[in-house]
Amino acid sequence: MKKIEAIIQPFKLDEVKEALKSIGIDGMTITDVRGHGRQKGHREIYRGQEYNVDLLPKVKLELVAQDARCEDVVKALAAAARTGKIGDGKIFVYDVAEAIRIRNDDRGDSAL
Amino acid sequence: MCALALGLAPAALAADAPDLATRLASVEAAAKSAQSAGDNAWMLVSAALVLMMTGPGLALFYGGLVRRKNVLGTMMHSFILMLLVTVIWAVVGYSLAFGGSSAVIGDFRFAFLNGVGSAPNPDYAATIPHQTFMIYQLMFAIITPALISGAFAERMKFSAMVLFSALWSLLVYFPMAHMVWGKGGFLSASLGGVIPCFDFAGGTVVHISSGVSALVCALYLGKRLGYPHEPMKPHNLVISFIGACLLWVGWFGFNAGSALAASGLATSAFVATHFGAAAAALGWIAAEWLHNGKPSMLGGISGAVAGLVAITPASGFVKPFPALLIGLCAGVGCYFMVVKVKNLFGYDDALDAFGVHGAGGTLGAILTGVFATNAVNDAFKDGAGHTLPLGLVDGHGAQILNQLVGCGIAWALAIVGTLAILKFCDWTIGVRVSKGQESEGLDVSMHGEEGYLFEG
Repeated sequence: MKKIEAIIQPFKLDEVKEALKSIGIDGMTITDVRGHGRQKGHREIYRGQEYNVDLLPKVKLELVAQDARCEDVVKALAAAARTGKIGDGKIFVYDVAEAIRIRNDDRGDSAL
Repeated sequence: MCALALGLAPAALAADAPDLATRLASVEAAAKSAQSAGDNAWMLVSAALVLMMTGPGLALFYGGLVRRKNVLGTMMHSFILMLLVTVIWAVVGYSLAFGGSSAVIGDFRFAFLNGVGSAPNPDYAATIPHQTFMIYQLMFAIITPALISGAFAERMKFSAMVLFSALWSLLVYFPMAHMVWGKGGFLSASLGGVIPCFDFAGGTVVHISSGVSALVCALYLGKRLGYPHEPMKPHNLVISFIGACLLWVGWFGFNAGSALAASGLATSAFVATHFGAAAAALGWIAAEWLHNGKPSMLGGISGAVAGLVAITPASGFVKPFPALLIGLCAGVGCYFMVVKVKNLFGYDDALDAFGVHGAGGTLGAILTGVFATNAVNDAFKDGAGHTLPLGLVDGHGAQILNQLVGCGIAWALAIVGTLAILKFCDWTIGVRVSKGQESEGLDVSMHGEEGYLFEG
């Protein structure tokens, strides 16, 4: 099993959710986060007082998929989240040691 | 038959005469009562509009400009004054502002509102109940100290703020109101002043006095912790926008109501007020757009308030186009006060009470001396009943000097009074919250509550 963690632009969340649903992924966890990579921030001015806002709002999306499906998920996700501009985000893939469904103690792939 | 009829006619007329006189008297009484009803209706609405400027107008405007942890503390500054000043006004305030006819401050003849009833007080407003005039003027006494709170926002002890505001009303506002608007006041334009200063709705009394006091407060209290290095962005410009627009609407009561009647002069002041605000907002936005590259909404609403401030003293004296010009000057002028001058000197006038009210009020008071004209306000007459020239545009340039004296007295009283009161408050209870309380935020540390609890 792989855990796929993606940091994406908030306005891309709906497209990404649709894309994942269309390839049969129906479980995920979404968190509102703030951050930046190479994309620096932007400048805000309030009555002449300047602020450089470098931590921008992003959405973190986490899901766990079977090893065989991982590549499909990553491709669908990247395609849906891409605008081609700086700030589109990143995808990280991790190995997952175990998955347990709390309701009935299912383990491994059947818990997903 | 004909002769008989002719002979009878004068007798019949004579018999009708007492009846005609009675009817004429009753028509006059009806006309007077109709005028009183119209004027009173407008003045009661105006009083309500001016109260709306403090709560919710100013409370929302200032509340949105502070950080989230201080939103309730800031709104409370406005709200507490709606309560506190009302009580002071009833006990001695109204009397100290409008009782008697001395040059500097009123007397105690109206203390506890003694003699303030439904009969008009012809010294001030002959067509409305004395009580209407009293409650209308109260709303001005409420908003003036509330404006100062923009300077000491986010760092003043609530207890000190209450004591400060009570003393400030007594020592600065009531004398200032009496000098400019009271009978026999030193600066009164129409009631026997030594130096007649035109201040239709409170350029000196409300805006210079509060704005300059705000500067003194900002300097005395010092900067907020972390200013200007830590971000202190307005936490909710949406509520600031609502507040500013409520201020704009309320200002029609403030300025047009200052005609004290539902008259043509009220309409003229209403028009000047609106034009001043619109031009000033455009001016601020344009200056910001050229200077920073982006027109901001905060700039727009700040400009509108600056224009409303500047047109306040002029509103009952100027034509619509000078009103646009005064607004434009205020929008651009206050923008540079807030953006350039404040940063140059480095004082922390947190919500720009001085930059907008002190600077805009002074500018408006001086420009009133330029643009005041008897084509708008013909209430000022010489002994022979001829209408007097008012400002520079009427060929009476000396009025600008009178306006400068008015500004000078307002500045001096605000500086001396505020400094003395702050010293006293500092010495008795301390004016500033502890560092811990300041970083925790006034909502929790002063009031034991939070503004935004969306969970649960």
